[in-house]
Amino acid sequence: MIEGLLGRKLGMTQIFNEQGETVPVTVLEVGPCVVTQIKTVEKDGVRSVQLGFGHKKRLNEPERGHLKASGAQSRHLRDMKNDGDDEYTVGQTIDASFFSVNDEVDISGTSKGKGFQGVMKRHGFKGGPKTHGQSDRARAPGSIGATTTPGRVFKGQRMAGHMGHERVTVQNLRVVRVDAERNVLLVKGSVPGPNEGLLLVRRAIKRREAAAVK
Amino acid sequence: MANASVIREIEREQMRSDIPVFRAGDTVRAQVKVVEGTRERIQAFEGVVISRRSGGINENFTIRRISANGIGVERTFLINSPRLDRIEVVRLGKVRRAKLYYLRGLTGRAARIKERRPKGFIAKGRAAAAAAKSTD
Repeated sequence: MIEGLLGRKLGMTQIFNEQGETVPVTVLEVGPCVVTQIKTVEKDGVRSVQLGFGHKKRLNEPERGHLKASGAQSRHLRDMKNDGDDEYTVGQTIDASFFSVNDEVDISGTSKGKGFQGVMKRHGFKGGPKTHGQSDRARAPGSIGATTTPGRVFKGQRMAGHMGHERVTVQNLRVVRVDAERNVLLVKGSVPGPNEGLLLVRRAIKRREAAAVK
Repeated sequence: MANASVIREIEREQMRSDIPVFRAGDTVRAQVKVVEGTRERIQAFEGVVISRRSGGINENFTIRRISANGIGVERTFLINSPRLDRIEVVRLGKVRRAKLYYLRGLTGRAARIKERRPKGFIAKGRAAAAAAKSTD
């Protein structure tokens, strides 16, 4: 079996479970993913499957050539490791029924970009005192190092800078509902990135390791 | 957008259609399902609706009542919650606010609410009570 599928975040809502409790869920569109290439250890040094997701209106020549065998017109292409004995064929499509309810998944995506942010928002610093005659210190970082010794600022010192728009993975999100008809997956909790953002939805690595030990 | 519509559909599937019309100021009786160990029973909570807020699947309302020992008790329910067995409108109230949080600072006679009597309207809970009385 491959690690997981590609998907898209649609947004968040809430549902009621059997106990009548409210469960916060993220709605994902997962698949249909098209197998666009098979990678083997002998040929590519890795046993994986390249999946295509989404639709691209116009393909350039190299893309057209690459996708010819699968007949897909995918916008996104990503590799997923194949760690089982299952064989896949180019052109095959995989839909949301790949997952089942109560599975746990890891979801990777690109977080929302926050732009250039100060140290309070970016690193959770406390800022300075707001009263007692202070001025211009409310959101300042404070000291960033000592004096002549060492005479420099240490590498890795947390400062203001660009925040967000980076790869984030959230682990062990529980699948609450699978709707294979609409290719929709409901997972409990939040997921990185904006609505519409591309996501990698993979079987939880920690659960996979636990299963392997058994 | 096509995507928002998927979410809306998921929400619509869970919406209830058996909710009576009521608003802030009305007195309602909420029949709540309570799980005790393995048994499930229904418990009533009656009082004045002091707020009804949000919309869609998250729409909720708050009931305020004065408990037996004179302490105000407020409970908030999700309108579409399956834990809510049913809502009975006991009395309609005439108020000039959407949120009656000012009732928290008032007690006794000051906390009364004028009754609203639209033509031809009989509150369900009251009708049921009247029917029960006539059969006695």
